[in-house]
Amino acid sequence: MSDTSRSDSVVSVVQLSKSYPGPPPVTALQPCSFTINRGDYMAITGPSGSGKSTLLALLGLLDEPSTGQYWLDGDNVANLNDRQRAAIRAHKLGFVFQAFHLIGYRSVLDNVQLGLTYQGIGRRDRRRKALDVIQQVSLSHRTHALCSTLSGGERQRVAIARVLIREPSLVLCDEPTGNLDTATSIQVLDLIERLHQDGLTIVMITHDPDTAQRAQRRLVITDGHLTEPLIRT
Amino acid sequence: MTDLRSKMRWSDTAIEATAAITRRPARTLLTALGTILGVAAFVTTTGLAATASAQVSSSFDALKATEVRVQDANPDGTNPFPDDVEARLEKLNGINHAGLRYPVADNGELQPRNTASRPLGTITQPIPIIAATPGAILASQPVLSDGTLYDDFHQRRGEDVAVLGRVAADQLGVTRVDNQPAVFIANTSYTVVGIIDDVQRNPDLLLSIIIPTTTEHRNLNTTPNGVEVLIDTQPGAAALAGRQAPLALRPQDPERLTSLVPPDPTTLRNNVESDVTSLYYALAALSLLVGTIAIANATLLNTIERRPEIGLRRALGAKRSHITRQIILEAAATGTIAGIIGTATATLVVAAVAASRGWTTTIDPIIVLTAPLIGLATGAIAGTLPALRAARVAPATTLRG
Repeated sequence: MSDTSRSDSVVSVVQLSKSYPGPPPVTALQPCSFTINRGDYMAITGPSGSGKSTLLALLGLLDEPSTGQYWLDGDNVANLNDRQRAAIRAHKLGFVFQAFHLIGYRSVLDNVQLGLTYQGIGRRDRRRKALDVIQQVSLSHRTHALCSTLSGGERQRVAIARVLIREPSLVLCDEPTGNLDTATSIQVLDLIERLHQDGLTIVMITHDPDTAQRAQRRLVITDGHLTEPLIRT
Repeated sequence: MTDLRSKMRWSDTAIEATAAITRRPARTLLTALGTILGVAAFVTTTGLAATASAQVSSSFDALKATEVRVQDANPDGTNPFPDDVEARLEKLNGINHAGLRYPVADNGELQPRNTASRPLGTITQPIPIIAATPGAILASQPVLSDGTLYDDFHQRRGEDVAVLGRVAADQLGVTRVDNQPAVFIANTSYTVVGIIDDVQRNPDLLLSIIIPTTTEHRNLNTTPNGVEVLIDTQPGAAALAGRQAPLALRPQDPERLTSLVPPDPTTLRNNVESDVTSLYYALAALSLLVGTIAIANATLLNTIERRPEIGLRRALGAKRSHITRQIILEAAATGTIAGIIGTATATLVVAAVAASRGWTTTIDPIIVLTAPLIGLATGAIAGTLPALRAARVAPATTLRG
């Protein structure tokens, strides 16, 4: 299944599209093709309803494409069954959501450990790694705090720690600063940038041009059409 | 890629389920409430059924035949009974009291009265006279208003003593016995030793003057007519006493005697118990069904509320089966907890109801021990449908926003 021509890229998308039969039938994402190389930091921008979240769901294997191919780490993952997609999500993908999506009645430690629970890693190893990444996001003092008691910025740092512990091939960030104030947003974006500098491949969806400008590459999506504008050097 | 697996250890499933239950106790309690009520209703109804059945048995036992009469099967004017009736019958199991009695035939010459000289005409109603051994009076379960009954001593010696029934005492003007009143039968005076106020059986005693059979034989010596042996048995012993008494009294010719035993209500009791138990079990099953629906509904609402969490777990790599088994485990554990709480509550309710009625609490220990398991099964069954629905949640939908 592996394709040597795509060995340098983490993601290679060929004529990927998503449409819903309706009624009425809706094409959320027109056929598009692009490549994301290992270590890339890419921003996908566009107005609300343009198809950003649809694309993220396809890249995150949270949804199935209608047509096209999706190569992840050299494997075509476009037509996997639910069980295989779950396995890819468990080992290769990391998510940072606008709404954080933490389990509020569990501690910071529990939430971060959850990132490894579906990899079948033992409890002791999970705990050790979790404590390490919690320290990396400067939340050691909140290790045992319930997530429902954290501030927005702290919550997003927990979500980032949950990504870090997985060491994923691809990190997908969906409006990671959408629920944060400006100062906290800058802190979170700095943290994401640090992940990139550490070698992680990041795709960030945002409608904010300033946020998008921090990425190396930008794709623009409008009414389901994806384009790649000229990039600053 | 083929080597990659989404794996979740069972111990981790248990940890996640435990956390979901224990970290949100209020929600767990609300989810469990239906099962608590269902199991409590189940244990209460079965407990009340057992208690009520025991009470029904007790009531039937109290009413059960405890009276046996042994009579002459072929009356020919002679006394078919031996002199030592009481001694023979007291050796049999299950007999409280037994004795001989017969009405004394009065052709108008006996003239019971309260003074030696009182004219016959002052007694408005003829007063019956009954000859009875002490055991025969006791077998009637008398309640004395004054004095005492005559005993074996009086019986053996043929003393001139009498016990009056309440009506006879009123007719004779005897109200107390401490001044040793006497009544007269024919020309003999009898010392009144006691007045019977009430009896549980043989109400004719209340109308009569009762004297020992030996006294009657010595003083009056009438021809015995309507002689019978009265036996008061312990509950459940009537049938046996009825079979054994003729043999004990007349071993050489038991067919001469016939026993009258009231029908044994065992079959009726069993039918009533069966009806009561069936009714309670039907109510218990209904309660459990309601409890199952309640926990299914609560679990369903709970999983709808937790859709973002379920979506997150799916995004982190959970398979549908991981979600299903975690939610079923949560529901089963919640059901078990509910079963324990419900059983404890129901036991208290049954004990309280039984105490308020003065009944004996009767709960089958098997019901108490299995009720938590019923809660577990109820939770698991009720949680299955919500778990399957939750596992079908599309993660992309629940994670937006």
